[in-house]
Amino acid sequence: MATLTLSAVRKQFGSTQVLHGIDLEVADGEMIVVVGASGCGKSTLLRIVAGLETPSSGIVRIDGRDVTALEPADRDIAMVFQNYALYPHMSVFENMAYGLKIRGMPMAEIKRRVAEAAEMLEIGPLLERKPRQLSGGQRQRVAMGRAVVREPKLFLFDEPLSNLDAKLRVQMRAEIRRLQMRLGVTSLFVTHDQVEAMTLGDRLVVMHAGRAAQVASPMEVWGRPADTYVAGFIGSPAMNFLNATLAAGGTAATLKAGPTIAFADGPRAGADGTALTIGIRPEHVAVSPDGLPLTVDLVEPLGSETVIHGHLPGGEGLVARLPLAAGDIGAVLPLALPAAAFHVFDAAGVRLGG
Amino acid sequence: MLTAADDAALARATARRQARSRLLAHIVLALGVLVFAFPIWLTLVGSSHDANTIGRGDVPLWFGAQAITNYISAWTTGGSAVRTTGQVPAWLMLWNSLNMAVMIAVGKIVISLLSAYAVVFFSFPGRMVAFWLIFITLMLPVEVRIIPTFEVMVNLGLINTMAGLVVPLVASATATLLFRQFFLTIPDEYVEAAKIDGAGPLRFFKDVVMPLSVTNIAALFVILFIYGWNQYLWPLLIVSDKDLETVVVGMSKMIGTSDSQNEWNIIMATAVLAMLPPVAVVVFMQRWFVKGLTETEK
Repeated sequence: MATLTLSAVRKQFGSTQVLHGIDLEVADGEMIVVVGASGCGKSTLLRIVAGLETPSSGIVRIDGRDVTALEPADRDIAMVFQNYALYPHMSVFENMAYGLKIRGMPMAEIKRRVAEAAEMLEIGPLLERKPRQLSGGQRQRVAMGRAVVREPKLFLFDEPLSNLDAKLRVQMRAEIRRLQMRLGVTSLFVTHDQVEAMTLGDRLVVMHAGRAAQVASPMEVWGRPADTYVAGFIGSPAMNFLNATLAAGGTAATLKAGPTIAFADGPRAGADGTALTIGIRPEHVAVSPDGLPLTVDLVEPLGSETVIHGHLPGGEGLVARLPLAAGDIGAVLPLALPAAAFHVFDAAGVRLGG
Repeated sequence: MLTAADDAALARATARRQARSRLLAHIVLALGVLVFAFPIWLTLVGSSHDANTIGRGDVPLWFGAQAITNYISAWTTGGSAVRTTGQVPAWLMLWNSLNMAVMIAVGKIVISLLSAYAVVFFSFPGRMVAFWLIFITLMLPVEVRIIPTFEVMVNLGLINTMAGLVVPLVASATATLLFRQFFLTIPDEYVEAAKIDGAGPLRFFKDVVMPLSVTNIAALFVILFIYGWNQYLWPLLIVSDKDLETVVVGMSKMIGTSDSQNEWNIIMATAVLAMLPPVAVVVFMQRWFVKGLTETEK
């Protein structure tokens, strides 16, 4: 159990800058999820923490100790790989014991730890099997077990759930979280899946193009996204973005679609006429008799609710998640955009106020 | 609509067609067996007659009564005919051949495993240059470099030694290439998992790479053992001492010039004995690599 500190970690591959200076403080026992689209540098970041890559500059500290120049084995970490990386010719027991054996741990201690981890992960009966005789979910548990027996300072997860089918993924997600909380081991979990990120993390690091776009708790990221990238990345269906300009001395926005709507949470700085982007989540759009007319293009019934794709008078697209099976293609629905649910961004996409 | 009778006719026609194609397949197979096996049959049969039967020019197609005598004579003395090279008992030649073939096969596998491991898993300056240098030697058959190789062996004083026999044949570009291709299919994650587990390069080689390569090693051992066993030109050049004579070379020396009376029965008995070790290796290793094939999975 330990803290993890990254200071100004940068990474270049040739002339390509993959990480543009990442700073991160992870508290003892915290589960941090690094989330982002592919190519955003999240895996590179994890590999730098693991010691599988060397940062071009910057410092990695585990429990206050500078480990930047240390080999992975000397960092006291354990990693769970996307394809599990279980040695195919070794039994489950040997796979879990291998790292301990190399460290010269007495056999009795190894057996005790493996048995303990196997019981916790419910893989006790599988110890004599080879990885190929296991299902995907079982392999996943073994990979977890291999990490657990090490009793490391830090768990690193590199998209460990993406090879599982949807149902198993949900189940393993909950198990990983339970296990991590029970053991209280500081963890870094990389994923491209926003649902995994939201459900697993104490805090999220949303990565975008080699930068940490936002580091905050899941609800903070969802409720107050730092920029339009984060706003669009977290949440499904994605947030709507509408062009607007600042009006009424900074207290309201005039939508391209027509109406001027006063902000619910106070004025924004800037001259009237400044270009803005107003973000509103599909689930916050509501049907209202005096709302904006939305021409329906596509209806996606999900059972409990319906996702309506349409366009506003200005021609901008809008997605609404409505609790009813409403609207046919071509119909016009009056929709209200409640000001309380607005996210206001400047022309560069950075969040303004509130 | 097809009636039941039509269906029955159709089934009969299908059965006839299948029987015909089976028959054809068997005829082709039988021809193949005949072509390949007939010389071996002649050798087997020939090794069981006395020298005069074959010496008269008869080619017997069935076994004679001299088998045991012939084999004992071949095994212990190499026959009674006086040759300029002197008789060498088959057991000694087989022993020499076995030594040479095993050393060549093991040496080739060890060296190519290590060099392929270096080329694939380490990045060091000149890595690709080294690989291409090894690869280029594939283009040069042994015969092309046999004179300079001989010269080197003479200078090293390795003429008429087992080392001189084996060492020049040990380097193997083919095996290096094969192992390299195999190593490239080992996922990077194993390497990374091993790094995190704290396994150094040699440990990783021993604990992960070697066990995963067992199938390939078994297959290569078979091929390389037979390659070594069948070496002719190089042993002929480098060894003149009859104590180091290999069976392939020794057999050819048993066949004298046209004037002399050849003991064909003894020669054929030696030939049969010379066939047995490669057959044994194939049969034994086959079990292994079938096992390897069914047990390995990446």
